[in-house]
Amino acid sequence: MSEIENGVTAENNDAITSLLFQLADDDFLYAYRGSEWLGLAPHIEEDVASSSISQDSMGHAAMYYQLLEELGVGNADELAHIRPSQDRRNSILTERVNGEGYYMETPKYDWAYQVVRSYFYTQAKKVKVDSLCQSSYQPLAEVAVKVRMELYYHRLHWETWFKQLFSSTEEAKKRMNEAMTLVMNDFGDMFSFGNQKQAIETYKLIDSEERLKKNWLTSIQPVFAALQMDVPAIPETLANNGRNGEHTVDLDEALLTLSEVYKVDPVASW
Amino acid sequence: MAVSESVSTGRVFDMLMTVKDPEIDSVSIMDLGMVEKVTTLGNTVTVVLLPTFLGCPALEVIKKNTIDAIQQLPEVEDVEVEFVFHPPWTSDRITEEGQKNLRAFGIAPPPRHFAEDGSWHVDCAYCGSTYVTMENIFGPTACRSILYCKSCKNVFEAMKPVSTLM
Ligand SMILES: [Zn+2]
Repeated sequence: MSEIENGVTAENNDAITSLLFQLADDDFLYAYRGSEWLGLAPHIEEDVASSSISQDSMGHAAMYYQLLEELGVGNADELAHIRPSQDRRNSILTERVNGEGYYMETPKYDWAYQVVRSYFYTQAKKVKVDSLCQSSYQPLAEVAVKVRMELYYHRLHWETWFKQLFSSTEEAKKRMNEAMTLVMNDFGDMFSFGNQKQAIETYKLIDSEERLKKNWLTSIQPVFAALQMDVPAIPETLANNGRNGEHTVDLDEALLTLSEVYKVDPVASW
Repeated sequence: MAVSESVSTGRVFDMLMTVKDPEIDSVSIMDLGMVEKVTTLGNTVTVVLLPTFLGCPALEVIKKNTIDAIQQLPEVEDVEVEFVFHPPWTSDRITEEGQKNLRAFGIAPPPRHFAEDGSWHVDCAYCGSTYVTMENIFGPTACRSILYCKSCKNVFEAMKPVSTLM
């Protein structure tokens, strides 16, 4: 496919690349954190479901890295595995650890946090993917249609958990509320395009930040209404904007573990 | 080198019928509607496949098995297999034969219709009863769900419907 056919020009190239990195890195880290629940989820069915969701999400990340490879940015596997944290464009929420301790030792992971993070993230992803189906960048619009179909099941899954835990015991409600506070503290850059905001919006690669935020709040409204709770506010100011490469130490540690596996066998397919 | 006989697409399709889903040995990639396009140019064959799910770990195996199968045709020199995402694979691409072969394996084929609220229903893969409950929407692979039949008391799997309408 020629670059003209794809709609990539010298002007919009940076905007497309930046948006693809944001989408790819988000799903990559989200999938990685999800995979750390393997064997630790509350029951066997959930282990199976979580693994499937993580696997799908890794597939989505792989697709976005593939689109970057097709633009000549670099090899997809390398883009995924060996870029340092300051080059990453994922949101802060996706890089956060699952809780105290390490997977291989004594993980004290927080299932309430996993449910809230996953539900809010998946709903944000749906809002973005819905919009991407109309992207001016055709290859991205085509991938989005495919991602959207798979996402249907992820969203359904996390929404069910979210509703059930909030309709459960006082203990569950307390933990869910604590988790929601933690998640919302990191939600400030979820719909940010960082310093590429203007270009990404001008070239109509996706809806505006404001529009996406509004769509997200509208999309969770019915669930919150049913639970008789107020929709949480998205923070206006943020300590770190992941879209500009500002990250926490959690990301460095995740990348260390991730690249360790990759470096053992760089030619393995994943 | 002698001029070799060029490849007919019909012969390629015959071979593609023998490429099975790595986990469901009664169902071919043709049955699943994964084959989007076959082109032949002299002795080179290009097959375009649609992945069922983007992160499906079986894709690499399917690719390899496809190449191996087509290379069994003596007139073939080169085989290219590529995955594309447009058009998206949807579960209504599964053929009648595919539905039959899924059932033979004990997997209910995906329903063709959704209710207005987006929900869907499948009948028991063993006894055909409609008296079933969803145990887990995520089954052993991303494309399958686990259900329980209250009539014959069997657990069975169903292929998830995926549609652009979702
Ligand atoms: Zn039955």
